[in-house]
Amino acid sequence: MRALVLLLMLFAALPLRAEEVVAGLSQDRVSLTVNFEGSEILIFGAIRREAPLPEDSTLDVAVAIEGPPMPAIIWRKARRAGIWVNTERQDVRAAPSFYAVASTAPLRDILSPEADLTHRISPRLAIFEARGTVDVHDPAAFTEALIRIREREGLYQQLDGAVDLQRDTLFSTRITLPKQIVEGRYDARIFLLREGEVIDEFETFIDVRKAVFERWLFNLAYEQPFIYGFMALAIAVFFGWGASALFRFVRS
Amino acid sequence: MQVYLPIAETSVNAFTLLGVGGGVGVLSGMFGVGGGFLITPLLFFIGVPPAIAVATGVNQVVASSISGVLAHLKRKTVDLRMGMVLLIGGLIGSIIGIWFFNLMQRLGQIDLIVQLSYVIFLGIIGALMFQEALRALMRAKDPNARRRKLHVHTWVHNLPMKMKFRASGLYISVFPPLVVGIGVGILAAVMGVGGGFILVPAMIYLLGMPTKVVIGTSLFQVTFVAAFTTMMHAVTNQSVDVLLALFLIIGGVVGAQIGTRVGLKLGAEQLRILLALLVLSVAGKIAFDLLWTPAELYSVTVPRQF
Repeated sequence: MRALVLLLMLFAALPLRAEEVVAGLSQDRVSLTVNFEGSEILIFGAIRREAPLPEDSTLDVAVAIEGPPMPAIIWRKARRAGIWVNTERQDVRAAPSFYAVASTAPLRDILSPEADLTHRISPRLAIFEARGTVDVHDPAAFTEALIRIREREGLYQQLDGAVDLQRDTLFSTRITLPKQIVEGRYDARIFLLREGEVIDEFETFIDVRKAVFERWLFNLAYEQPFIYGFMALAIAVFFGWGASALFRFVRS
Repeated sequence: MQVYLPIAETSVNAFTLLGVGGGVGVLSGMFGVGGGFLITPLLFFIGVPPAIAVATGVNQVVASSISGVLAHLKRKTVDLRMGMVLLIGGLIGSIIGIWFFNLMQRLGQIDLIVQLSYVIFLGIIGALMFQEALRALMRAKDPNARRRKLHVHTWVHNLPMKMKFRASGLYISVFPPLVVGIGVGILAAVMGVGGGFILVPAMIYLLGMPTKVVIGTSLFQVTFVAAFTTMMHAVTNQSVDVLLALFLIIGGVVGAQIGTRVGLKLGAEQLRILLALLVLSVAGKIAFDLLWTPAELYSVTVPRQF
């Protein structure tokens, strides 16, 4: 009896595991050093098959990289007494600080809305509006504005057709992390898609950290603000006074 | 070459920063102004968040005025008693200003407040400087023009709690210098400036101080108020970026030395008109941004943790 159940389970599992994705990243650590200008990550991988290649449907690959989620406030300006003032706000409980999706074809063509909802692949689904604070009549416009603004800054990217898939087996894509990225764990998810459904998923992550000196400065500013403040003043006094003393010395 | 600013959490071109610091330094050396009122708006223009621009600007003011105050102390051209009264006012004003600044930041209106105060103050100062420079230019051409009275008695001199300020040769109430100090302290905290451009005219015209102690005493007050305000910003909202400050300061001190040299060679009056026009155009640019329909009506702020 037990053997039969096991066998059945194996059969049930087989079609799911018929195609499997394995992937790697060109780097799994990004260090925010003094001269950080952004970083390009190469994501590559292969599809492993136990069964022959299915003929009746096309294979697609989507790659999503998501930065640490953070709360945000979206403001809308309106003209008050001739000048433009922030008047309405919409709070966001959590929105990814970075979100990029690259795929072999436009997402809406290769991904069903249901699968998108389950796996949260398109950027819109990764943003959670805060409930209870909604007093604007069009919260959707605010969320769209958040996506638009972050797209302009390169923080949100939808890269349709950016994944290069060769002979249904090897794929690769490049995603640029811009210079404004924050620290934290960046989850990278790679999806294998057929007929709008996710047939396999692979997860890994990139660790983005401030380099030692930047980390130290940041921690000092938040944890020991008095010492940090004195340091800022010491630098100002040293250079301010030191420079004029130096120039006096040079002149005489 | 880009530099990553750990507090602002973005990268800015190092040469742009040195250029901003240096350019303002040259101007401050030429005209003997602190330059905070130019550095902070220039930082807005290159994309530094306003809160960080203000707090870091005020740190830079410490560097640009420290050597001046030391020189004046050595020459004994500081009215220490007046300086202390102004300083007490300044510290009170700085606390009020920091409280207001943090409140406005929570309400999402800090950018507007900072920009509005810049439009108003730069507009007024620019217009006054322009008028003053034009008048000086006329006077230089017309040797028979009347000179103004140096010391005018006004209602200010009739207030209670009088105090003797020997170095200034004044016997006046402590309230006017205290109020002037408070005003300058608020400006330092909200706008990231030293406030010399308000303090100097207030000392001459309102308090009636002799010009020989005005510069030294104002530098004395500005240096300590700026130092205190830097500390307050660092402790209450963590918006001082030392790396940003370092680049501005290095650019600034070198620029100031060049500016002092250049200022001695060139005609001061024509240059004053240029400075006035520069101040007016910065005010105009900020005013334009407030009045013109923005391309993007929405903006995103990320509330700081901790």
